Amino acid sequence: MTGIIDYGAGNLKSLCNTLEAIGADQKLIRQPDDLDGIKTIIFPGVGAFGDCARHLENQELINPLREWIQQDRPFLGICIGFQMLFEGSDESPGCSGLGVLPGQVVRFPDIPGMKVPHMGWNQVHLKDEDDHAWDGLGKSPYFYFVHSYFPQPVNESIIASTTPYGNSFVSSVRRGQLLATQFHPEKSQSAGFRLIRNFLQETSS
Amino acid sequence: MFTSGLTKRIIPCLDVTDGRVVKGTKFLELRDAGDPVECALAYNDQGADELVFLDITASSDGRDTMVDVVERTARKCFMPLTVGGGIRTVEDMRVMLHAGADKVGVNTAAVNDPGIISGGAEAFGSQCIVVAIDAKRQPETDSWQVYTHGGRTPVDLDALKWARQVEKFGAGEILLTSMDADGTKDGYDIELTAQVSQSLNIPVIASGGAGKLEHMADVLDRGKADAVLAASIFHFGEYTVGDVKDYLVSKGVPVRPLHVET
Repeated sequence: MTGIIDYGAGNLKSLCNTLEAIGADQKLIRQPDDLDGIKTIIFPGVGAFGDCARHLENQELINPLREWIQQDRPFLGICIGFQMLFEGSDESPGCSGLGVLPGQVVRFPDIPGMKVPHMGWNQVHLKDEDDHAWDGLGKSPYFYFVHSYFPQPVNESIIASTTPYGNSFVSSVRRGQLLATQFHPEKSQSAGFRLIRNFLQETSS
Repeated sequence: MFTSGLTKRIIPCLDVTDGRVVKGTKFLELRDAGDPVECALAYNDQGADELVFLDITASSDGRDTMVDVVERTARKCFMPLTVGGGIRTVEDMRVMLHAGADKVGVNTAAVNDPGIISGGAEAFGSQCIVVAIDAKRQPETDSWQVYTHGGRTPVDLDALKWARQVEKFGAGEILLTSMDADGTKDGYDIELTAQVSQSLNIPVIASGGAGKLEHMADVLDRGKADAVLAASIFHFGEYTVGDVKDYLVSKGVPVRPLHVET
């Protein structure tokens, strides 16, 4: 059973539809009890970092999520669900993330002609294309992005991919059974479908 | 200059009324070419980067039909979907987003009350809020005037200034239609698009006037657009999204390739 973190603000529909199309059993996670019987957590997110952190706090999900990740149980974070793994974000100063990965979430720099949000399909340059999660996707697949902030991991060994926009930024990280992406696999047609399916296959075996 | 791998987006637009596609489509392979879900899937297969549904339904019953269309599309189409037309309140936005739309477009409602832009951005994030601007050239002042109500009502707003304002209110993107070019098939309004795009920091989708492949390359290059929207050029089967992308690649415009490597 795959648990989808529902903190009230994100639009979960496309992710739920994707899991349905893959044929994966799913359940929405709104409180700690909901985690019973869950094998894999997917944490999608849109909107602001601070909002997300506040909602998780009210739902008492901060500590269960930290423990889940510290125990290296299967976890897929998407967009804000990727950013929340870090300590904090320039988007919401004074607001803490889960802090399971050292680093800060920063905004794209102001460069004339470079639009922010970074919106659309961009290349994801994989560091390790032999990682099972990326099976069938080639060296530099295209995924759909929409964001103005991105995390800067302190530990470079967890970087799974980079994407060119301004400078290169970290578009996904991988550590054990944790995969987290700045892009939206649930919006990325066949490439995203494949990534989610690969990840669920890997974690359910 | 800066490095960017970001590709230019090709966005087909479907006009929908009472749950049916309006402009006659010529997808010969479809069982029902008037079904928006089937059209959406066909564009999905062609490699469209996003889709726009424009709801031109007059009645409120029809709008419930639109919610159903969005729900059914989102179940099968895993790509970004924008829904515009008839959205008047933040609550209307919520209904469409919960049905499975990724972004909502506002036009008249934003002119009447720009608070809907900031309200929507606060509730759902700027990335969800597309402000559609219909602009008509004013030759005597060398500027463009904003029109609402599907291009029927002129308002006392300069398109360039209005675009800057909506960015401040929290719009995540502008859908810019040239009323002079729309329907002519003579090409996009390059000057309008370039001026708006260069004075904003958010993406601009160019709309109105696509008749040939050259037009799309031109508005993405000289017009500085981040994306192109087109309706009839695709619906009547003149070109597929793939044709457009092949042409753009030949002109050196970055686009997302059609198929992932397997």
